[in-house]
Amino acid sequence: MAQDNTNVIDQPEVMQPRMVSIEISGKKYDVPEGITVIKALWYTGQEVVRGAGCLGGFCGACATYYRTKDDPKVRTCLACQMAVEDGMSFTIMPPFPARKAIYDLQTLKDPKQDLFNLYPEAPLCRNCNACTEACPQKIDVREGVWKAVFGDFKSVSEMFMDCVMCGMCTPVCIADIAPNLVALYVSRAQGARFTEKPVGLDARIKEIQEGRYNDEWKKLLNMSEKELADHCATVK
Amino acid sequence: MDIHALQQIVHQTRDARRKQTIPKFSPADRDQLIHKYHPDYRASAYRPIRFGPNADEKTVVELAALLEGDSLITDEMDLTPQYTTDVLVIGGGGAGCAAALHAHHAGAKVMLATKLRLGDSNSVMAQGGMQISVAPEDSPVTHFIDTLKGGHMHNDHDLLKVMVEEGPSIAKWLIELGVLFDRQADGNLHVKKGGGSSKPRLVTCSDYTGLEMMRVLKDEVLNQKIQLLEFCAAVELLSDEHGQCTGAIFKDLDNHRFVVVAAKSVILATGGIGRLHIQGFPTSNHYGATGDGLCLSYRMGAKLAHIDTFQYHPSGAVYPEQLVGQLVTEGIRSEGGHLVNAKGERFVNELDTRDVVSSSIIRECEEGRGIRTMSGRVGVWLDTPLLDAEHGPGTVEKHFPAMMMQFERFGIDISKDPVLIYPTLHYQNGGVKIDTNSETNVKNLFVAGEASGGLHGRNRLMGNSLLDLMVFGKRSGLTAASRAASMSHGKLTVQHLQRFRADAKKHGNVSGVTSPMILPAYTRKVS
Ligand SMILES: Cc1cc2nc3c(=O)[nH]c(=O)nc-3n(C[C@H](O)[C@H](O)[C@H](O)COP(=O)(O)OP(=O)(O)OC[C@H]3O[C@@H](n4cnc5c(N)ncnc54)[C@H](O)[C@@H]3O)c2cc1C
Ligand code: SF4
Ligand code: SF4
Ligand code: FES
Repeated sequence: MAQDNTNVIDQPEVMQPRMVSIEISGKKYDVPEGITVIKALWYTGQEVVRGAGCLGGFCGACATYYRTKDDPKVRTCLACQMAVEDGMSFTIMPPFPARKAIYDLQTLKDPKQDLFNLYPEAPLCRNCNACTEACPQKIDVREGVWKAVFGDFKSVSEMFMDCVMCGMCTPVCIADIAPNLVALYVSRAQGARFTEKPVGLDARIKEIQEGRYNDEWKKLLNMSEKELADHCATVK
Repeated sequence: MDIHALQQIVHQTRDARRKQTIPKFSPADRDQLIHKYHPDYRASAYRPIRFGPNADEKTVVELAALLEGDSLITDEMDLTPQYTTDVLVIGGGGAGCAAALHAHHAGAKVMLATKLRLGDSNSVMAQGGMQISVAPEDSPVTHFIDTLKGGHMHNDHDLLKVMVEEGPSIAKWLIELGVLFDRQADGNLHVKKGGGSSKPRLVTCSDYTGLEMMRVLKDEVLNQKIQLLEFCAAVELLSDEHGQCTGAIFKDLDNHRFVVVAAKSVILATGGIGRLHIQGFPTSNHYGATGDGLCLSYRMGAKLAHIDTFQYHPSGAVYPEQLVGQLVTEGIRSEGGHLVNAKGERFVNELDTRDVVSSSIIRECEEGRGIRTMSGRVGVWLDTPLLDAEHGPGTVEKHFPAMMMQFERFGIDISKDPVLIYPTLHYQNGGVKIDTNSETNVKNLFVAGEASGGLHGRNRLMGNSLLDLMVFGKRSGLTAASRAASMSHGKLTVQHLQRFRADAKKHGNVSGVTSPMILPAYTRKVS
């Protein structure tokens, strides 16, 4: 069949992949322009075990530092969600030994106060904003730390919904705060302790326990295959 | 042509399309469509498995080869355990975390071993939500019926009843752990309507449902100090002289050494198969979705169910090239997003079940109404800007922040421009056959989550997987833990391998591969 080009998207980069020079952990390689950072690792023959997880931008396993040509600024990205360009240099971030506090959400007396026992470093934030600049998910991390300290747990839980726990905000912190772990504690406390209980849910659980649907089940599960199919067809 | 020029037709036809309603297919038309276009019916992609518990049943060639594959482990290997535990959970996704937490809570000594980091999984990517019948107009029975219809009536009724009935208590458990589900103004759980469902039933955490659940579950696993073994891939199970499961052998991916773990019972929660790229499809799955649990169980003699059917999610990204295969959440269609072909026409009720929608997209593309890319891919448009037109500016950004960000990174604003999509390999509908305690026909071998089979029939209803993970993770964990108190550790042998190898030999040792795969071979061979 003759291929007409009316319904074809122009992708010159795909038709004639331009090779670009990049640096991976200090070594030079040539790779096709536009492939993702993680694919550049595979392309250059490297086995990737640490440094890849979901491959979809959700798990933070591929946290990467990079710099573009002639720019002194070191930035961060998720390697599975970033295209390479000429002159780029990058290194996958090694795991960072941040301290996670251990807690039992249900038995905490006063979660807003307990924050200061679990993460005593949290109020020592020096406002340098490095954490915000490091966040590949564009979360205002610094603001989040302050809101946590001031007890605005609700805002923190909303701000950090995008957090993929990549940990890139931790090594940069001059006050040794792990903002993502602080935010996770705060979000969980918000969910478990400061959010309204859904009454409809409790009602449904009770209905099931009390056998409210038993008759319907009995009827349904005793149907022949044909009866069941016909019955199902009536539910729209 | 320039992509924006091609997208014009979507903008031009939007208002006219908004007035249209597209009826769902009749059962007969639906079956005809699926038989003609769904990849599950491409006979050349299938072959019978030569031996083992599912001998002579058909599955895709990629999986058949792995199931018949040989083990890395030799008969002579020293099986002295480095670790001994009551319950060994293999896999660090949603099912694994739930199993570990429940078994631990019930008093058992638990170890959780996983191939990558804790939480690196499919679970973390779930965007669409979790089906739980909490709305007043809904009920577990209706949930049961919808699921049965979605699964073409092939679902295991006992498993399904258990899942829908335990759903609400699972939501309660997660809320107590601090999961932030979306709420209505009155504090009740907000529910959305998913494809193939008759009632709104999807509970969500924005479009980060899986991520939010996994952040919390992971954190709780750490809080409970459950023993962890990360970057360790299970490569073989262990059995005693009666063929019961007694532990597993791992390969430590950091130092390449084997690690033997003795356990009273094993819970396999190793997830799906997307990275086998069945029939050459791109996939939405995580790096480690290589079907390892299927191979391990099969060699132990566990029976598999429905392993000839896979879910191709209707909307995998086709453009830009960097995002190929990645999921464009069904939520867009739930909120009214249209599928549009190159002629600017809708061609399917967007909220029909996934197999129907995928089949119709494939039909459009095969019949020349698709939009092609220069890398040889093809797809149809998903009209995302329609959501802003319909529900007001800012809707896409507000309801789908994860997806906005994903495309923004490549300079695409999905609230202004439609997205090109094509089905992507998403889910294994079947898996290792289990009973209502999540146990297989091999005693003390449990399988939970996507690796298990029977519950979803021949097509999983969207949002049912997350619930599956939580319910059967819990059941496996509790059953395994309750058994631990009254039993001792069994012998550690690989006798099942001798049986398996004898079988393989009888059939000519033709597979030629070692399984499990562990990770896909993406590294380019540089000569
Ligand atoms: C992009 C995407 C979006 C989805 N959206 C939804 C949704 O909205 N709603 C819904 O209900 N479902 C959704 N699903 C489906 C659902 O998320 C998955 O089916 C589910 O998360 C599977 O959970 P699991 O715990 O069984 O497996 P996974 O979460 O995949 O976890 C498996 C774990 O086992 C580990 N593992 C694998 N092999 C080995 C081995 N040999 N040794 C040790 N460890 C191993 C893996 O590394 C991983 O940690 C989605 C799936 C994807 C991919
Ligand atoms: S807040 Fe920290 S851990 Fe979370 S995404 Fe941003 S940098 Fe990563
Ligand atoms: S990096 Fe640390 S000190 Fe600086 S703003 Fe962030 S939390 Fe505060
Ligand atoms: S691999 Fe998970 S975010 Fe990149």
